Amino acid sequence: MNSDANPIWTLVWTFGLMSLFAVGGANAAIPEMHRVAVDVQHWMTDKQFADVFAISQMSPGPNVLIVTLIGYSVAGVGGALAATLAMCVPTAVLAYYVSRLFARSRTHSRWPAIIQAALVPLSIGLMSASGLILALTSDRTWIAAVVTVVAAVLAFATRLNPLWMLLAGGCLGFAGVIG
Amino acid sequence: MPPDSPTAASPAPDIPTSTPPGLIALFVAFAKISLAGFGGVLVWARRAIVDQHRWMTADEFNETYALCHFLPGPNVVNLSVVFGSRFRGIPGGIAAFAGLLGPPMLIVTMLAALYAHFGEIDALRRILAGVSCAAVGLLISAVFRMMMPLVKRRDLVGLVVMAAVFTAIGLLRLPLPAVLLVAIPLSIAITFAIRRRVTA
Repeated sequence: MNSDANPIWTLVWTFGLMSLFAVGGANAAIPEMHRVAVDVQHWMTDKQFADVFAISQMSPGPNVLIVTLIGYSVAGVGGALAATLAMCVPTAVLAYYVSRLFARSRTHSRWPAIIQAALVPLSIGLMSASGLILALTSDRTWIAAVVTVVAAVLAFATRLNPLWMLLAGGCLGFAGVIG
Repeated sequence: MPPDSPTAASPAPDIPTSTPPGLIALFVAFAKISLAGFGGVLVWARRAIVDQHRWMTADEFNETYALCHFLPGPNVVNLSVVFGSRFRGIPGGIAAFAGLLGPPMLIVTMLAALYAHFGEIDALRRILAGVSCAAVGLLISAVFRMMMPLVKRRDLVGLVVMAAVFTAIGLLRLPLPAVLLVAIPLSIAITFAIRRRVTA
Protein backbone atom coordinates (compact mmCIF):
# COMPACT_ATOMS: atom_id res chain seq x y z
CA MET A 1 0.00 0.00 0.00
CA ASN A 2 1.95 3.05 -1.17
CA SER A 3 0.54 6.43 -0.29
CA ASP A 4 0.72 7.86 -3.82
CA ALA A 5 -1.72 5.24 -5.12
CA ASN A 6 -5.27 6.22 -6.07
CA PRO A 7 -7.16 6.61 -2.76
CA ILE A 8 -10.16 4.71 -4.18
CA TRP A 9 -8.04 1.59 -4.64
CA THR A 10 -6.63 1.98 -1.14
CA LEU A 11 -10.22 2.09 0.16
CA VAL A 12 -11.25 -0.96 -1.88
CA TRP A 13 -8.22 -2.95 -0.78
CA THR A 14 -8.51 -1.90 2.89
CA PHE A 15 -12.22 -2.54 3.36
CA GLY A 16 -12.34 -5.55 1.04
CA LEU A 17 -9.83 -7.30 3.26
CA MET A 18 -11.50 -6.05 6.44
CA SER A 19 -14.83 -7.44 5.22
CA LEU A 20 -13.49 -10.98 5.46
CA PHE A 21 -12.06 -10.42 8.94
CA ALA A 22 -15.06 -8.65 10.51
CA VAL A 23 -15.98 -11.58 12.78
CA GLY A 24 -19.16 -10.52 14.59
CA GLY A 25 -20.18 -7.76 12.21
CA ALA A 26 -19.27 -4.16 11.47
CA ASN A 27 -18.96 -3.01 15.09
CA ALA A 28 -16.33 -5.67 15.71
CA ALA A 29 -14.18 -4.13 12.96
CA ILE A 30 -14.20 -0.63 14.48
CA PRO A 31 -10.74 -0.99 16.11
CA GLU A 32 -9.31 -1.97 12.74
CA MET A 33 -11.12 0.94 11.01
CA HIS A 34 -9.68 3.30 13.63
CA ARG A 35 -6.20 1.84 13.31
CA VAL A 36 -6.20 2.20 9.51
CA ALA A 37 -8.08 5.51 9.16
CA VAL A 38 -6.45 7.43 12.04
CA ASP A 39 -3.10 5.79 12.81
CA VAL A 40 -1.88 4.29 9.52
CA GLN A 41 -3.43 6.29 6.64
CA HIS A 42 -4.12 9.56 8.55
CA TRP A 43 -7.43 9.94 6.73
CA MET A 44 -9.05 11.58 9.76
CA THR A 45 -8.38 12.77 13.30
CA ASP A 46 -9.56 11.04 16.46
CA LYS A 47 -12.31 13.64 16.85
CA GLN A 48 -13.51 13.12 13.27
CA PHE A 49 -13.57 9.35 13.84
CA ALA A 50 -15.74 9.83 16.92
CA ASP A 51 -17.98 12.15 14.85
CA VAL A 52 -18.51 9.68 12.00
CA PHE A 53 -19.30 6.96 14.55
CA ALA A 54 -21.92 9.27 16.09
CA ILE A 55 -23.40 10.08 12.65
CA SER A 56 -23.55 6.40 11.69
CA GLN A 57 -25.36 5.54 14.91
CA MET A 58 -27.91 8.32 14.37
CA SER A 59 -28.63 7.32 10.77
CA PRO A 60 -31.05 4.63 9.65
CA GLY A 61 -29.61 1.48 8.13
CA PRO A 62 -27.06 -1.10 9.17
CA ASN A 63 -24.08 -0.09 11.37
CA VAL A 64 -21.72 -0.89 8.51
CA LEU A 65 -22.51 2.52 6.98
CA ILE A 66 -19.74 4.04 9.11
CA VAL A 67 -17.46 2.95 6.25
CA THR A 68 -19.56 5.08 3.86
CA LEU A 69 -18.66 8.11 5.99
CA ILE A 70 -14.97 7.17 6.15
CA GLY A 71 -14.95 6.62 2.38
CA TYR A 72 -16.58 10.00 1.75
CA SER A 73 -14.03 11.82 3.86
CA VAL A 74 -11.24 10.19 1.82
CA ALA A 75 -12.53 10.53 -1.74
CA GLY A 76 -16.03 12.08 -1.84
CA VAL A 77 -19.03 10.26 -3.30
CA GLY A 78 -16.86 7.79 -5.22
CA GLY A 79 -15.01 6.96 -2.03
CA ALA A 80 -18.27 6.47 -0.14
CA LEU A 81 -19.53 4.03 -2.76
CA ALA A 82 -16.20 2.20 -3.09
CA ALA A 83 -15.73 1.76 0.67
CA THR A 84 -19.30 0.52 1.22
CA LEU A 85 -19.23 -1.99 -1.63
CA ALA A 86 -15.75 -3.20 -0.66
CA MET A 87 -16.90 -3.80 2.91
CA CYS A 88 -20.13 -5.59 1.90
CA VAL A 89 -19.63 -7.46 -1.39
CA PRO A 90 -16.84 -9.97 -0.54
CA THR A 91 -18.62 -11.29 2.53
CA ALA A 92 -22.00 -11.25 0.73
CA VAL A 93 -20.55 -13.46 -2.03
CA LEU A 94 -19.08 -15.76 0.64
CA ALA A 95 -22.45 -15.91 2.42
CA TYR A 96 -24.19 -16.80 -0.85
CA TYR A 97 -21.88 -19.74 -1.58
CA VAL A 98 -21.79 -21.03 2.00
CA SER A 99 -25.59 -20.95 2.28
CA ARG A 100 -25.90 -22.93 -0.97
CA LEU A 101 -23.39 -25.44 0.32
CA PHE A 102 -25.43 -25.85 3.50
CA ALA A 103 -28.74 -26.13 1.67
CA ARG A 104 -27.37 -28.83 -0.63
CA SER A 105 -25.65 -31.06 1.89
CA ARG A 106 -27.82 -30.90 4.99
CA THR A 107 -25.60 -33.41 6.76
CA HIS A 108 -25.72 -32.98 10.49
CA SER A 109 -22.08 -32.14 10.81
CA ARG A 110 -21.04 -30.68 14.14
CA TRP A 111 -18.41 -28.41 12.61
CA PRO A 112 -20.68 -25.40 12.05
CA ALA A 113 -21.67 -25.51 15.73
CA ILE A 114 -18.05 -25.84 16.85
CA ILE A 115 -16.90 -22.97 14.63
CA GLN A 116 -19.76 -20.81 15.82
CA ALA A 117 -19.02 -21.54 19.49
CA ALA A 118 -15.35 -20.77 18.88
CA LEU A 119 -16.08 -17.45 17.20
CA VAL A 120 -18.45 -16.05 19.85
CA PRO A 121 -15.76 -15.13 22.43
CA LEU A 122 -13.60 -13.70 19.63
CA SER A 123 -16.34 -11.38 18.44
CA ILE A 124 -17.12 -10.25 22.00
CA GLY A 125 -13.42 -9.53 22.52
CA LEU A 126 -13.39 -7.44 19.33
CA MET A 127 -16.55 -5.58 20.36
CA SER A 128 -15.11 -4.76 23.78
CA ALA A 129 -11.97 -3.42 22.08
CA SER A 130 -14.32 -1.26 19.97
CA GLY A 131 -15.89 0.04 23.17
CA LEU A 132 -12.50 0.92 24.65
CA ILE A 133 -11.16 2.65 21.53
CA LEU A 134 -14.36 4.63 20.98
CA ALA A 135 -14.46 5.63 24.67
CA LEU A 136 -10.86 6.87 24.41
CA THR A 137 -11.69 8.93 21.30
CA SER A 138 -15.05 10.28 22.55
CA ASP A 139 -14.67 10.77 26.29
CA ARG A 140 -12.21 13.63 26.51
CA THR A 141 -13.62 15.03 29.78
CA TRP A 142 -14.84 13.31 32.92
CA ILE A 143 -18.40 14.54 32.29
CA ALA A 144 -18.26 12.88 28.86
CA ALA A 145 -17.19 9.65 30.55
CA VAL A 146 -20.11 9.96 32.98
CA VAL A 147 -22.53 10.36 30.05
CA THR A 148 -21.11 7.19 28.49
CA VAL A 149 -21.44 5.22 31.73
CA VAL A 150 -25.00 6.45 32.34
CA ALA A 151 -26.01 5.56 28.76
CA ALA A 152 -24.42 2.11 29.15
CA VAL A 153 -26.21 1.43 32.45
CA LEU A 154 -29.57 2.68 31.14
CA ALA A 155 -29.28 0.62 27.96
CA PHE A 156 -28.27 -2.46 29.95
CA ALA A 157 -30.89 -2.20 32.69
CA THR A 158 -33.93 -0.70 30.90
CA ARG A 159 -35.71 -1.17 27.60
CA LEU A 160 -35.58 2.55 26.82
CA ASN A 161 -35.33 3.28 23.09
CA PRO A 162 -31.64 4.00 22.38
CA LEU A 163 -32.61 6.98 20.21
CA TRP A 164 -33.63 8.87 23.38
CA MET A 165 -30.14 8.42 24.80
CA LEU A 166 -28.51 9.66 21.59
CA LEU A 167 -30.88 12.65 21.66
CA ALA A 168 -30.09 13.35 25.33
CA GLY A 169 -26.36 13.12 24.57
CA GLY A 170 -26.79 15.57 21.69
CA CYS A 171 -28.71 18.02 23.90
CA LEU A 172 -26.06 17.85 26.64
CA GLY A 173 -23.40 18.43 24.01
CA PHE A 174 -25.28 21.39 22.52
CA ALA A 175 -25.67 22.90 25.99
CA GLY A 176 -21.89 22.82 26.30
CA VAL A 177 -21.88 20.39 29.21
CA ILE A 178 -19.60 17.84 27.57
CA GLY A 179 -16.89 20.34 26.58
CA MET B 1 -38.21 -29.33 14.25
CA PRO B 2 -38.73 -33.08 13.58
CA PRO B 3 -35.60 -35.03 12.56
CA ASP B 4 -37.11 -36.10 9.25
CA SER B 5 -37.93 -32.55 8.23
CA PRO B 6 -37.56 -32.09 4.47
CA THR B 7 -34.67 -30.19 2.98
CA ALA B 8 -35.01 -26.64 1.76
CA ALA B 9 -35.46 -27.81 -1.84
CA SER B 10 -38.85 -29.48 -1.37
CA PRO B 11 -41.90 -27.54 -0.21
CA ALA B 12 -42.12 -28.25 3.50
CA PRO B 13 -45.53 -28.21 5.17
CA ASP B 14 -44.25 -25.79 7.84
CA ILE B 15 -43.27 -23.15 5.29
CA PRO B 16 -45.80 -20.35 5.46
CA THR B 17 -48.17 -20.36 2.51
CA SER B 18 -47.21 -17.06 1.00
CA THR B 19 -46.18 -16.52 -2.60
CA PRO B 20 -42.41 -16.11 -2.92
CA PRO B 21 -41.49 -12.43 -3.26
CA GLY B 22 -40.47 -10.95 -6.61
CA LEU B 23 -37.41 -8.78 -7.20
CA ILE B 24 -39.18 -5.48 -6.60
CA ALA B 25 -40.89 -6.84 -3.48
CA LEU B 26 -37.48 -7.94 -2.15
CA PHE B 27 -35.95 -4.54 -2.83
CA VAL B 28 -38.83 -2.65 -1.23
CA ALA B 29 -39.04 -4.94 1.80
CA PHE B 30 -35.33 -4.63 2.59
CA ALA B 31 -35.35 -0.87 1.94
CA LYS B 32 -38.16 -0.54 4.49
CA ILE B 33 -36.40 -2.82 6.98
CA SER B 34 -33.22 -0.80 6.61
CA LEU B 35 -34.80 2.64 6.92
CA ALA B 36 -36.83 1.59 9.97
CA GLY B 37 -33.80 0.20 11.75
CA PHE B 38 -32.01 2.77 13.83
CA GLY B 39 -29.13 1.08 15.61
CA GLY B 40 -30.37 -2.43 14.98
CA VAL B 41 -31.79 -3.69 11.73
CA LEU B 42 -32.19 -7.31 12.82
CA VAL B 43 -35.38 -6.77 14.85
CA TRP B 44 -37.05 -5.14 11.86
CA ALA B 45 -35.83 -7.85 9.51
CA ARG B 46 -37.43 -10.51 11.71
CA ARG B 47 -40.65 -8.52 12.00
CA ALA B 48 -40.97 -8.00 8.25
CA ILE B 49 -39.86 -11.45 7.05
CA VAL B 50 -41.54 -13.63 9.67
CA ASP B 51 -44.52 -11.67 11.01
CA GLN B 52 -45.56 -9.31 8.25
CA HIS B 53 -44.85 -11.07 4.94
CA ARG B 54 -44.66 -14.66 6.28
CA TRP B 55 -41.84 -15.46 3.86
CA MET B 56 -40.11 -17.63 6.47
CA THR B 57 -41.04 -19.40 9.69
CA ALA B 58 -39.35 -18.23 12.88
CA ASP B 59 -37.18 -21.37 12.89
CA GLU B 60 -36.04 -20.85 9.31
CA PHE B 61 -35.23 -17.24 10.12
CA ASN B 62 -33.17 -18.21 13.17
CA GLU B 63 -31.31 -20.84 11.16
CA THR B 64 -30.52 -18.39 8.35
CA TYR B 65 -29.44 -15.74 10.83
CA ALA B 66 -27.18 -18.17 12.70
CA LEU B 67 -25.44 -18.96 9.41
CA CYS B 68 -24.97 -15.27 8.63
CA HIS B 69 -23.74 -14.55 12.12
CA PHE B 70 -20.87 -16.98 12.00
CA LEU B 71 -19.74 -15.68 8.63
CA PRO B 72 -17.61 -12.52 8.72
CA GLY B 73 -18.89 -9.12 7.67
CA PRO B 74 -22.05 -7.17 8.38
CA ASN B 75 -24.60 -9.80 9.48
CA VAL B 76 -27.72 -8.16 8.11
CA VAL B 77 -26.06 -7.61 4.74
CA ASN B 78 -25.23 -11.33 4.62
CA LEU B 79 -28.80 -12.12 5.64
CA SER B 80 -30.26 -9.99 2.83
CA VAL B 81 -28.19 -11.81 0.20
CA VAL B 82 -28.87 -15.30 1.54
CA PHE B 83 -32.57 -14.53 1.90
CA GLY B 84 -33.01 -12.90 -1.51
CA SER B 85 -31.09 -15.59 -3.37
CA ARG B 86 -33.11 -18.36 -1.72
CA PHE B 87 -36.25 -17.07 -3.44
CA ARG B 88 -34.98 -15.56 -6.68
CA GLY B 89 -31.41 -16.76 -7.20
CA ILE B 90 -28.58 -14.28 -7.70
CA PRO B 91 -30.84 -11.45 -8.97
CA GLY B 92 -32.93 -11.84 -5.80
CA GLY B 93 -29.81 -11.60 -3.65
CA ILE B 94 -28.74 -8.46 -5.47
CA ALA B 95 -32.23 -6.91 -5.15
CA ALA B 96 -32.32 -7.48 -1.38
CA PHE B 97 -28.72 -6.26 -1.00
CA ALA B 98 -29.46 -3.10 -3.01
CA GLY B 99 -32.65 -2.45 -1.02
CA LEU B 100 -30.86 -2.83 2.30
CA LEU B 101 -27.87 -0.65 1.43
CA GLY B 102 -28.96 1.74 -1.35
CA PRO B 103 -31.46 4.07 0.35
CA PRO B 104 -29.63 4.45 3.70
CA MET B 105 -26.36 4.91 1.82
CA LEU B 106 -27.90 7.88 -0.03
CA ILE B 107 -28.93 9.39 3.31
CA VAL B 108 -25.57 8.76 4.95
CA THR B 109 -23.70 10.18 1.92
CA MET B 110 -25.79 13.36 2.21
CA LEU B 111 -24.99 13.53 5.92
CA ALA B 112 -21.31 13.04 5.08
CA ALA B 113 -21.46 15.96 2.64
CA LEU B 114 -23.16 18.13 5.28
CA TYR B 115 -20.53 17.11 7.82
CA ALA B 116 -17.72 17.95 5.38
CA HIS B 117 -19.18 21.46 4.94
CA PHE B 118 -20.41 22.23 8.44
CA GLY B 119 -18.42 19.86 10.64
CA GLU B 120 -16.27 22.70 11.95
CA ILE B 121 -19.24 24.73 13.21
CA ASP B 122 -18.97 24.84 16.96
CA ALA B 123 -22.58 23.93 17.80
CA LEU B 124 -22.45 20.86 15.54
CA ARG B 125 -19.11 19.79 16.99
CA ARG B 126 -20.59 19.93 20.49
CA ILE B 127 -23.75 18.03 19.50
CA LEU B 128 -21.77 15.27 17.80
CA ALA B 129 -19.43 15.03 20.78
CA GLY B 130 -22.48 14.48 23.04
CA VAL B 131 -24.07 11.95 20.68
CA SER B 132 -20.87 9.95 20.39
CA CYS B 133 -20.53 9.73 24.20
CA ALA B 134 -24.03 8.24 24.41
CA ALA B 135 -23.47 5.99 21.37
CA VAL B 136 -20.32 4.54 22.95
CA GLY B 137 -22.37 3.80 26.08
CA LEU B 138 -24.91 1.90 23.95
CA LEU B 139 -22.14 -0.14 22.35
CA ILE B 140 -20.63 -0.98 25.74
CA SER B 141 -24.00 -2.15 27.05
CA ALA B 142 -24.39 -4.38 23.99
CA VAL B 143 -20.98 -5.90 24.77
CA PHE B 144 -22.02 -6.66 28.35
CA ARG B 145 -25.28 -8.23 27.16
CA MET B 146 -23.28 -10.53 24.87
CA MET B 147 -20.85 -11.31 27.66
CA MET B 148 -23.50 -12.34 30.20
CA PRO B 149 -24.11 -15.87 28.84
CA LEU B 150 -20.36 -16.61 29.08
CA VAL B 151 -20.26 -15.31 32.66
CA LYS B 152 -23.40 -17.24 33.67
CA ARG B 153 -22.07 -20.47 32.17
CA ARG B 154 -18.72 -19.85 33.94
CA ASP B 155 -17.15 -20.38 30.53
CA LEU B 156 -13.60 -19.70 31.69
CA VAL B 157 -11.99 -20.65 28.37
CA GLY B 158 -14.32 -18.36 26.44
CA LEU B 159 -13.63 -15.48 28.80
CA VAL B 160 -9.86 -15.99 28.50
CA VAL B 161 -10.08 -16.04 24.68
CA MET B 162 -12.22 -12.89 24.84
CA ALA B 163 -9.72 -11.14 27.13
CA ALA B 164 -6.80 -12.16 24.90
CA VAL B 165 -8.47 -10.69 21.79
CA PHE B 166 -9.37 -7.54 23.74
CA THR B 167 -5.73 -7.14 24.82
CA ALA B 168 -4.31 -7.74 21.35
CA ILE B 169 -6.72 -5.43 19.52
CA GLY B 170 -7.77 -2.86 22.12
CA LEU B 171 -4.57 -2.41 24.17
CA LEU B 172 -1.72 -3.50 21.88
CA ARG B 173 -3.52 -2.21 18.75
CA LEU B 174 -2.31 -5.08 16.60
CA PRO B 175 -3.69 -5.48 13.03
CA LEU B 176 -6.96 -7.43 12.89
CA PRO B 177 -6.00 -9.99 10.18
CA ALA B 178 -2.83 -11.00 12.03
CA VAL B 179 -4.66 -11.42 15.35
CA LEU B 180 -7.51 -13.43 13.83
CA LEU B 181 -5.21 -15.69 11.79
CA VAL B 182 -3.79 -16.82 15.15
CA ALA B 183 -6.93 -16.58 17.28
CA ILE B 184 -9.46 -18.35 15.02
CA PRO B 185 -7.57 -21.66 14.58
CA LEU B 186 -6.56 -21.60 18.23
CA SER B 187 -10.11 -21.00 19.46
CA ILE B 188 -11.53 -23.69 17.15
CA ALA B 189 -8.89 -26.19 18.34
CA ILE B 190 -9.65 -25.44 22.00
CA THR B 191 -13.42 -25.69 21.47
CA PHE B 192 -13.00 -28.96 19.58
CA ALA B 193 -10.73 -30.45 22.27
CA ILE B 194 -13.16 -29.50 25.05
CA ARG B 195 -16.19 -30.92 23.25
CA ARG B 196 -14.38 -34.17 22.54
CA ARG B 197 -13.42 -34.53 26.18
CA VAL B 198 -17.00 -33.86 27.26
CA THR B 199 -18.48 -36.43 24.88
CA ALA B 200 -15.74 -39.03 25.46
